[in-house]
Amino acid sequence: MSALAALIRRDIRIALRAGGGALIGVLFFLTVTVLMPFAVGPDLALLSRLGPAILWLGALLASLLTLDRLFTADHEDGSLDLIVMSRTPLELACAAKALAHWIAAGLPLIVATPVLGLLLNLDGTATLAVAATLLAGTPALTFTGMIGAALAVTLHRGGLLLAVLVLPLSIPVLIFGVAASQAAISGPLPFGTPFSILCALSLACLVIGPFAAAASLRHGLD
Amino acid sequence: MKLTETLTDLANPTRFLALTARILPWLVGVTAILLAIGLYQSAMAPDDYQQGATVKIMFIHVPNAWLSMFVWGVMSVAALGTLVWRHPLADVAAKAAAPIGAAFTFLALVTGSLWGRPMWGTYWEWDARLTSVLILFLMYLGLMALWRAVEDPSRAARAAAVLTLVGAINIPIIKFSVDWWNTLHQPASVLRMGGSTLDKAFLWPLLVMAIAFSLLFITLHLAAMRNEILRRRVRSLQMMQASRVTFTSETSAGPKEIGAA
Repeated sequence: MSALAALIRRDIRIALRAGGGALIGVLFFLTVTVLMPFAVGPDLALLSRLGPAILWLGALLASLLTLDRLFTADHEDGSLDLIVMSRTPLELACAAKALAHWIAAGLPLIVATPVLGLLLNLDGTATLAVAATLLAGTPALTFTGMIGAALAVTLHRGGLLLAVLVLPLSIPVLIFGVAASQAAISGPLPFGTPFSILCALSLACLVIGPFAAAASLRHGLD
Repeated sequence: MKLTETLTDLANPTRFLALTARILPWLVGVTAILLAIGLYQSAMAPDDYQQGATVKIMFIHVPNAWLSMFVWGVMSVAALGTLVWRHPLADVAAKAAAPIGAAFTFLALVTGSLWGRPMWGTYWEWDARLTSVLILFLMYLGLMALWRAVEDPSRAARAAAVLTLVGAINIPIIKFSVDWWNTLHQPASVLRMGGSTLDKAFLWPLLVMAIAFSLLFITLHLAAMRNEILRRRVRSLQMMQASRVTFTSETSAGPKEIGAA
């Protein structure tokens, strides 16, 4: 247990320090959100209608961007081999790494959401709804993305291949995340229905992600 | 016991090649005959009282849609074979199945939207069944990209196996999407509780076509597996030759994967 806690502490510390690159995700999130009004035009009514979708897309792309670093740095300096060979089950170690990555790269996105919501003319309830769905949904993005990151590191290929593999898996999360936000703002559906499906997706990813990532690391590293 | 013995026997690629060389001509013949019968019956089937002649698209669309999911099932079994039993033919089977499955999925999408234009008034609708099949198509393409991105086949096989098993979650979602959500796509009418709701005049051609397309898949899959094995042999022979040219003294240290194909 202490080994896992140490791993989480170490990963967060590395991610937040210089060269860690976790906070670049937030900057990217901000940039994507600022780009959108230029693309669709600064119509405030339209922006407030598209707002949840824009924020979700931005968060999805930002979390994808930082995923590349989940295993690569550890693979380069050899600590990934130590983690694979250590006595801690690899599945738990993968889960700990993903959790640390989510705390360092995912939570800042949610903290930034209210500020970006102002830019998109979202009112209080809408911002709160988007932040709540992101809080429930981004773990799913991180944990499914971890599968792609593990595959990419064992194949020595990152970048586009990672995006092509991970994005189809994250479509359900996107669907129910945006559906829940829209339900809270305008929709005929109650907020709870899509939101509980989103939570269920996150929980399922929490289980599947570590096992798949550990399997691909165990079979792929040599 | 018998099945495991057969599977162990087939682990030898040469034996697999010999067996398929004997089976394939028969399979091709039966597939061609059944396809001809199925197409004839589909052409002769009466027009639907609501859909008119467009109902005949169904005889192509439904088998393709079934197979698009079935092929992912085959690949999932092959993925288990790769990861659990390290069966040498499993990764060949998985690799050969991916493009075929992608083709079936593509045909299901195209025939579906051709049918949807006169019936629903739109080529495409973002409903749950259509979207989940489109995701399946994207995952097939991603898997093919993964196979192509890595030179070492056994390394690519293990990565693809993990991804195939994760992607298998999508299959029940596709199957039950019409029951779970209120979709434009109609719910299942052939395989359902309480028997088929299809009239016999439509059911028989559909069943013949389904069997014919399944046989078509098996034929194409076996042929593609043969090609893949032969391609790997050619590759390892070429690598052996190359290493012989560069290190004339080290000819004995050829590549390890001859026959491991």
